[in-house]
Amino acid sequence: MSTDNAPADTLTRKATADRTAARNRARAASGRGPGWRALGYVPMVVLALFFLFPLVFMLVSSLKPDAQILSDIDSPQAFLPVGDISLANYAGVFDRVPVARFLINSVLVTVLIVGLGLVVNSMAGFALSRLEWSGRKLVLTVVIATLIVPFETIAIPLVYWVSKLPTIVFENGLPMYDFGWLNSYHVQIFPFIANAFSIFLFTQYFSTIPPSLDEAARIDGASWFTIYRRIIVPLSGPAFATVAILTFLPAWNQYLWPLMVVQQEELRPVMVGVQYFFQINPAWGEVMAYTSIITLPVLVMFLAFQRAFVSSIASSGVKG
Amino acid sequence: MPVEAPTKGITMRRSSFTGMLAITAASATVLAGCGQAGQSDGGGGGGDGGTTELTMWTHSAGNPAELETYNRIIDDFNGSQDEYEVVMESFPQGAYNDAIVAGAAAGDLPCLLDMDGPIVPNWAWAGYIQPLDIDPAITDSLLPTAVGRYQDEIYSAGYWDAALSVFARQSVLDANGIRIPTVDEPWTLEEFDAALVTLQGAGYATPLDIGAEDTGEWWSYAYSPMLQSAGGDLIDRDSMLTADGALNGPEAVEFFEWFQGLFDRGLTSNAGTVGNEEFNNDEVALSYTGVWNAMDSLDAVGDDLLILPPPDLGEGPKIGGASWQWGIAADCDAADGAREYLEFSFKPEYIAAFADGQVVIPATAEAEELSEMFGEGDPLQPFVELSQRFALQRPPTPAYPIISSVFERAGKDIMNGADVGSTLDQAVQEIDTNIESNDGYGF
Repeated sequence: MSTDNAPADTLTRKATADRTAARNRARAASGRGPGWRALGYVPMVVLALFFLFPLVFMLVSSLKPDAQILSDIDSPQAFLPVGDISLANYAGVFDRVPVARFLINSVLVTVLIVGLGLVVNSMAGFALSRLEWSGRKLVLTVVIATLIVPFETIAIPLVYWVSKLPTIVFENGLPMYDFGWLNSYHVQIFPFIANAFSIFLFTQYFSTIPPSLDEAARIDGASWFTIYRRIIVPLSGPAFATVAILTFLPAWNQYLWPLMVVQQEELRPVMVGVQYFFQINPAWGEVMAYTSIITLPVLVMFLAFQRAFVSSIASSGVKG
Repeated sequence: MPVEAPTKGITMRRSSFTGMLAITAASATVLAGCGQAGQSDGGGGGGDGGTTELTMWTHSAGNPAELETYNRIIDDFNGSQDEYEVVMESFPQGAYNDAIVAGAAAGDLPCLLDMDGPIVPNWAWAGYIQPLDIDPAITDSLLPTAVGRYQDEIYSAGYWDAALSVFARQSVLDANGIRIPTVDEPWTLEEFDAALVTLQGAGYATPLDIGAEDTGEWWSYAYSPMLQSAGGDLIDRDSMLTADGALNGPEAVEFFEWFQGLFDRGLTSNAGTVGNEEFNNDEVALSYTGVWNAMDSLDAVGDDLLILPPPDLGEGPKIGGASWQWGIAADCDAADGAREYLEFSFKPEYIAAFADGQVVIPATAEAEELSEMFGEGDPLQPFVELSQRFALQRPPTPAYPIISSVFERAGKDIMNGADVGSTLDQAVQEIDTNIESNDGYGF
């Protein structure tokens, strides 16, 4: 039957009916009904609970005194808000750590690493995948090769180098130059903007976009930057989303680097704050309260963008 | 078809992309001007009104009681003169040494820095710190373990020390006919072992909490004094060049076989939680723990609490000495000011405030009298005697960090059932190789 002139709602109804019929045929063939389907949810629920347990434990424990956390640990009560429940641990956290300041610092650093990283790395990926220039394969190889170098092995030399870099400081309202990036926001951001994995991912993704688009645009007089901005970027949503996710988490979780390059408390990010609770005897309730607070932004972000996350990771073939 | 999609995308995304560029560029520009406020090479930068700024790093972040006392000292010092201004930055303890190493690599150490006692020789050898050179009357008045030395030179001094002991309930020992030891007559190895067996028979499934669930420096701090009490050691202290014979000699092997047996026989375990909760909840009868847990246990147990000396395993009871101490960075531009501050800070009232706020042993007799916990007749006074009579510093050699980490690994392997002799031989080999490759660390 021709559907060329059929109204849209008729088409939709037909497609739905076809899908239902196909589903019924599949069920009949396999001999499985709604009961089997419900059974299929059991392992999914079990897995979901398995992954939820740490979060539930963290939230519940954040409401209990240390002694109760330790006494409940061997029983299911560890996951239940029972006993001496209060917000005392949260009050303790705010007494011990400047939480708001640490959160603001982490948000600022993370947003800028992700934002600047998307721009810089996508441009690098564009240059490596779309522009013809000698040596680009070698450059890409070198970029990829840097992935095998663990950050910890270059951390100390990097500290030395950033301590010698020039910077602008304001004294009495006047801009002056000085040397040394230590104790600043930018020392927590700039070393992580260029990211070999992001460049590789952008390069790979851009390579899948047909070159005929560039050629058509060049014939119309578009510059390379216009092609990047008006053609490549709009077509690469999944790659941008994937890179954003993959750079967000490490940026939020930064610990070693800020520890080494930031001495002033007011510039520290949230993860360094975790160590504040590990005195001779760890304050477990406060640790749980603090980790609940600093996990919240990550959870909110994931819940808000989970559909985009899943689809982008599925379409780019990258696991986080 | 593929050509249309980007055209739609351009319309939708142009503003967001341009906006993103603008925001990130603007933010980067603003950030370029941020910071550097506290950075000053040499740690002695210029302050306001002609004062010299003395930067000071401490490991006390997250410890309000300790920070309160430091702030009090700094306020008093800054107000007492107008030549120097001390500015403190606090770091979390677990991350402090990494921050120091990074600071040293960048040539950005502060003038004043605190450090754990056993690390002092290493930092002196590495050139991080300079000889302390404060009034000898001050260092002479301190507990010997509160003074850090390397090659007979004083590099650090501390306001307090800590001490380990065995916590017990008098009622439990009495009920089981176990003798209560004293500093003059501590338990012998046989007595201690028999007491544990008796207490296990009395219903304590694991009678001793030895703290084996803890990690890091605790292992050397807690168990190397036991080894020394048994006649072994971490290193040959006469030469500081080899662990052979000290860590793997017959006394050490015998000690570690007994140590392993404690776990094998279920007399202790590594399954508990860090802290003293098991003892406070009467789940264990004895707890090998430190002065810092005493107030909680006093609250939980009351007058029934006994603070006992550790057992004499052959060479007399031993406990680890040296806690956090203060030193001056080697490249401090204002070392005289740093010394002036340190001399100011060793007043008895400050030392007593640290002792009572932190529950640690005051380093001077005057501060002990001012303390509300450690003075004559006060509940924690037994710790002062334990520290004075039994404290032994961990080997004052730059090799200590590697010795400590090798000792911890070997101790855990033995606890988990490894062959004692070969594990200790392997540990000795690792330590000696490290010392050799560092040309003896100056010895």
